[in-house]
Formats: sequence, structure tokens, C-alpha cells
Amino acid sequence: MATQTKRTTRGKNKKPEATPEELLQFYKDMLLIRRFEEKAGQLYGMGLIGGFCHLYIGQEAVVVGIQSIANPQDTLITSYRDHGHMLACGMNPDGVMAELTGREGGYSKGKGGSMHMFSHEKGFYGGHGIVGAQVPLGTGLAFGHKYNEDGGVNFAYMGDGAVNQGQVYEAFNMAALWKLPIVYVIENNQYGMGTSLERASSNTNLYERGAAHGIPGIQVNGMSVLEVREAAKEAAEKCRAGDGPIILEMKTYRYRGHSMSDPAKYRPKEEVQKVRSESDPIDYVRSLLIDGGHADEAALKELDKEIKAVVTKSAEFAQTSPEPAESELWTDVLVDA
Amino acid sequence: MPIEILMPALSPTMEEGNLSKWCKAEGDKVESGDVIAEIETDKATMEVEAVDEGVLGKILVAEGTEGVKVNELIALLLEDGEDASAAENYSAGGAAPAPAAAESAPAEASDAPTATAAPVAVQEDAYDGPTENITVRQALNTALFEEFRRDDKVLLMGEEVAEYQGAYKISQGLLDEFGAKRVVDTPITEIGFTGVGIGAAWSGLKPIVEYMTFNFAMQAIDHIINSAAKSLYMSGGEISCPIVFRGCNGAASRVAAQHSQCYASWYAHCPGLKVVAPFSAEDAKGLLKAAIRDPNPVIVLENEVLYGKKFDCPTDEDFVIPFGKAKVERSGADVTLVGYSISVGWALEAAEKLAEEGISAEVINLRSLRPLDTHTIIESVKKTNRLVTVEEGWAYANIGSEIAAQVMEHAFDYLDAPVTRVCGKDVPMPYAANLEKLALPTIADIVAAAKAVSYK
Repeated sequence: MATQTKRTTRGKNKKPEATPEELLQFYKDMLLIRRFEEKAGQLYGMGLIGGFCHLYIGQEAVVVGIQSIANPQDTLITSYRDHGHMLACGMNPDGVMAELTGREGGYSKGKGGSMHMFSHEKGFYGGHGIVGAQVPLGTGLAFGHKYNEDGGVNFAYMGDGAVNQGQVYEAFNMAALWKLPIVYVIENNQYGMGTSLERASSNTNLYERGAAHGIPGIQVNGMSVLEVREAAKEAAEKCRAGDGPIILEMKTYRYRGHSMSDPAKYRPKEEVQKVRSESDPIDYVRSLLIDGGHADEAALKELDKEIKAVVTKSAEFAQTSPEPAESELWTDVLVDA
Repeated sequence: MPIEILMPALSPTMEEGNLSKWCKAEGDKVESGDVIAEIETDKATMEVEAVDEGVLGKILVAEGTEGVKVNELIALLLEDGEDASAAENYSAGGAAPAPAAAESAPAEASDAPTATAAPVAVQEDAYDGPTENITVRQALNTALFEEFRRDDKVLLMGEEVAEYQGAYKISQGLLDEFGAKRVVDTPITEIGFTGVGIGAAWSGLKPIVEYMTFNFAMQAIDHIINSAAKSLYMSGGEISCPIVFRGCNGAASRVAAQHSQCYASWYAHCPGLKVVAPFSAEDAKGLLKAAIRDPNPVIVLENEVLYGKKFDCPTDEDFVIPFGKAKVERSGADVTLVGYSISVGWALEAAEKLAEEGISAEVINLRSLRPLDTHTIIESVKKTNRLVTVEEGWAYANIGSEIAAQVMEHAFDYLDAPVTRVCGKDVPMPYAANLEKLALPTIADIVAAAKAVSYK
């Protein structure tokens, strides 16, 4: 029988460790996502990004920790809160930002927008706007890994809102039945749009959601990139050994509203402030770097500058890249047979 | 240079808002992420967070101001080491305005390669090789065997396709030759296995997803449309989805409302899909093989009643039927009857009856519903000047409606009578034998419609 494990202490009761180089890389990767998202929010405010725009600020440790153990042949799929996942897979910030502004230089030539970008090369398969739909799709990618015997694992991300969709369980059932190499990552940021987990889920222990299918689950402190990495490593090893799917419930938090037009009146400001000041994933790594004597304030400030320059460049590219040619309206509907 | 703080847009539709409150005063230090102001939109009051760091140099729009336009300069932020005078002396260059919506000149119709394009003839090489007399079921089964042997990325998944040998025996024998890796029994879980099939297609496989009937595919239609049909476009050409969705469509016999519906116009409506509906064994083999080889998502609408019907079918392993090419099943001069799937058989029967009454009917088998062979239909109408469409689906927005519109657009002057649609009655399918018969088109209905448009 599969086990469901709630990890209230770090790792297996010991503090996970990382080398100074690893810590610095985590810091850089998470900071890039945060600065990128802040800039996206700003461009949205200027009317340069339209429609929906869902920011990942606060949740950076989840995707950065998981991607740190991913292999090149692995694949990743997620919902519409997806910019962080693209950056963490190594997709070019210029191309992502230009897609947000709907320009020719965007990953989807401006035709997909914030919620729809893909990269075969980086193993990133979207970017999906229908809540929960990415879960069977990711299960299909895992089916492909097994069929092609390429040793790859699919990481299928979903939010705490998606776990109540029926198709998630159809996918869990098949993945367990066929022992597919897939890690289901539930990013539990406590709110599905404006509805808290408690108001939407009869059982709020989301890591237990695979129990009926014998899928083990682990609850992880998703604000600690080190704990995320430990759990992801264990999960991916299980998949690669042919033992079938596993669920990781990442307890995390989004600082911003569900989308740009959400005033977030459903939660007290103090709640957000408390997480920001006490559990921020970037501050945590920053303190490990400073307290461990691996970096000083000046060095980190220099790093900050470098990242800001990357983000500023992406914003410039996203504003100077032209809008797609009108002829693009008619392309990419079908592949020429 | 001070940093400009502009009135932000906080919803997809916001054009202006009220600056209800400044949360920082001039001279206050600001860190990125700090709430600097509150803005009231038509929907809610939102907090504005600072993106840059610095000191709030000058507030240009006082709190309480209403109707502040998006992108209007509302404050200046001083960077490290900048003096307050920098804000005083600053003259607004104004932000780069958001790009205006592209000039809405309508795209040229000739650019449009889709279902509604002007009619163009699709070439088809006439087959004159050997044939065998087999059922539609055997033709589909043969197509599967041939394509499985041809490409080891081809696989079949669905309910009862493997060990049970197929609910309708279409996949009979496939498991024995190709094994459980490629012939995959799924649980009864349509939305789930449809999504799995599409993900598998993205990973380089060529899945054939069988629905026991297309009635059950309604559970999965979100994935068929949103995940399969749209992925190429919304990825800018990055992700293609070579997949076949197939199974019985339309009414069988006495299976009542939930198991008797035609989905032709549902799928044919959507760009990004190809939709075919075989009538004969030849159609079934040639269209299914073409569907499996096609790099796009293809819907193959089969018909349970036709599975047991026998026809002459090409034996060549490379016989495929190009999409977008209809077949003239019977040549005629007085009236054109257009059908697809089972209704082609009805139209042929009606043509026999009409011939007895001295009316020469031409019968067109559409084969492919998207793309639609409007060229062949229009060439026929130019000859007969009369058109009757025949299908079992409901009239409202059906395939016949689309054909009527196409003929109006491209052959209006050739029509001597209004286009007439013979279709299923506008009710859910009843169970009672007599009512079911009344709900479906009859040969007599087709004969009557053909005579009516011929004014006879």
C-alpha cells in the first residue's frame, strides 16, 4: 500500500544541504522569475500586455527546486500560471516576454499569449487554460516516455483548484494502472482564484488525493527550495525505477491576486504580509548565503543588477519586436500533409 | 533621470480609474513590492505595488482624483543619489503608448486556406488496381493492420480494443500481432484517455483513439477541440498533434436518444481539425489510412449500420483517399443529391426510384466534411441546377446548411430552385420503432425533395 507522508520537518528529519554554488544558482533562478513577473505586472499596467496574466510571485521555490533535478529528456506541463516554469526550463526570457506583449518574437509568434507557450527543445508542453486539462495531457507525455523508452519523466503541475476536476482522477488511475513515469506536482497556494482550499475541498490534505489509486504522496514545504529539491529527487528516482506515479503537494503561497484584475479581497493583507516577511523563498536562500558566509550584500546586489538587466532587456525586446504580420492570421492552423 | 510611475491598467478592459489613495508620501523610500497607492477600477479597489526602488520624488496626481487615464504620469521616483530637484525639473516625455490595434483591414479571402475557401479542384489518381469484395468492418481492420506494420509509432487505444477484440470487432486480431504495448485497453474514461492520447501524440507517437461511439466523445470534446485542434496555432507552429479520433457516429438502431446522434457539424465547425465520414469499404480503408498518415488531428466518423455492408475495395497497401475530394457515385443530369456516410446509400436508392420516374439524379459522396469539396458540388450544380442535401443529423446548422451557403456564394446564378435539406427531425431520437423511423430521413423524403426542386 502506498504511503502518504506529511513532512512537517525538513527532509527526512534533517536539514537538506546544498553547496554554496547550488545555493547561488537557486537564488539566481528564483530572483529571475520574481523580477520577470514584477516587470510583466508593470507592462500589464501600461497596457502592453493584454487579457489574462497570472503571476507566479511567491511560488518560485517550487519550480526551481524541481527543475534543478530534472534531466534533459524530461518534460513539463502546467496550467496558465506558467511564466516561472518556462524560465526554469531554460526558455529565453525575451521570447516569453514578447509572447506576453503579443509580438512576432514571442515563443508562439504572438498567437498564444501568457497562457500558451511551448518548447520541444526544453520539454515544455504548455501553458493550458482549461483547469485540470494539463493532467491527462502530461500523463500522455509520460505514456510517450515509457513507449519510447527514453528514461524521461513528466512533471505535471496543477493547482489546489484543479485537484477537484474529475479528469485528474481519470489520469491518476491510468498512470497508476500502467506505471507511468510521472510526478504530479500540486502547487497548493491555498486559493483557487478567490476560494480558499477549505471552502473547496472536503479533504485538504492534497497529498492524499492519490490514495484510492495507490499513488504515494508527500507534503512538502514549497517555500524551501532545498526541501522541494529533496522531495523531487526522491520522486523522480521512483519514476525512473519504473515504480509509477507519485504526488508531491507543495505548500506554497501566491503574493499577487489570481490574475492582474483580482483585488484579493478574500484574504486579509496581514496573511500575505506574514508569508512575505516570514517565509519568502528568496529571502530564505539569501539568508543561507549571507549567514553561511558564502556571499556578501555587495555580491548579491551585483547579482540583482545582472538579473534586472536581463529582465529589462526582455521588456525592451517585447516592446520593439513587431506585431505579427497579418498573414500570420492564416498560418499554423494545420500542418501541410 | 527620475523613473516615471504611470497610471496602471488593472483589468483587461480598464481605460481609466480613480486614484483613491497614496500609501507613500513625497520623500518616502520605496522598495520594489511596496504598496504605493490604491486605485479604484470599475470592478474593485486594487493596490499598486512599486516595481522599482527609490524615493518618491513628486506626486503629480493627487489622491481623490477621478477618471485618471491609463498610462497617465502620476508620480516620479528618484533613483539612488538623485536630488529632489530632478523631479521638479522633469518634463514628461510620456510613456510609449500601447500599440494601437492592428488596422482592421479584412484579410484577403485568398489567404484563407480553410474550409470556407473558394472552390478549388483536388486531384485524385483514379484507382484501377485489383479489388476484393469486403465489408466496411474488414476494410477498417485491414487499414489498421497495414498502418501498424508500416509505422511502429502507430498505436490504438480505447475501450475493449485489445483483449475483447473491439466492441465492433474493428480491431480484431490486432493485439495478437502487435501486443499490448500498441493495442491499449483503457478504462471507461473518455476525457482521461483522450488527453493521454493527445499528450502521447505530442511526444512523437501516432495514436488512434477509438470511441465506442462518438456519443461518449462528448465527455472528451474539450480535449479534442481545446488541446488537439488548437495546439498548433496557439504554439505558433511548435507543437503538432498527429492523432486520429474514430468510432461510430449517428443513429444505430433502437438505442434511443443518448446513443443516436450525428456529430458531423460539431467537429466540422472547428478549424484545426480534419473530418471525414466514409460510406463504402473503399472510403473506409482509404480515408482511415490517410487519417493515420496525416500530421493533424483527424476525426473519422464511422457508422455502425454500414460496418456489415460489402463493397469492392482496393487491395493496394498504398491506396489512400485524399482529404477534400468528394466522389461522384452516380452521374446524372437533372438534380444533384449530396450525402455522406450512411446517407450516400439512401441517396443512391432514391436515385434509382427517381430514374424510374424519368429524373436523372447525380449522387455525390462527400467523403470529407472538412475540408469540404465545394468544387465538385458546384460543378455538379452548374450541370443540374438543382441541389438536395441528405443527412441524418438535425437541420439546424448542419452540413447541408454549410453546403447551401457555399452554393449561394459561388453558384447562385446556376440555381433554378432553392437548395433543399433532407435531414433528421428536430427532436432527440425516440426509442419506439415507429417514432424512430419517423425521426430519420426516408428514401421517400429524398425522392419528394428531388421532385420538388425539379418542379415535378
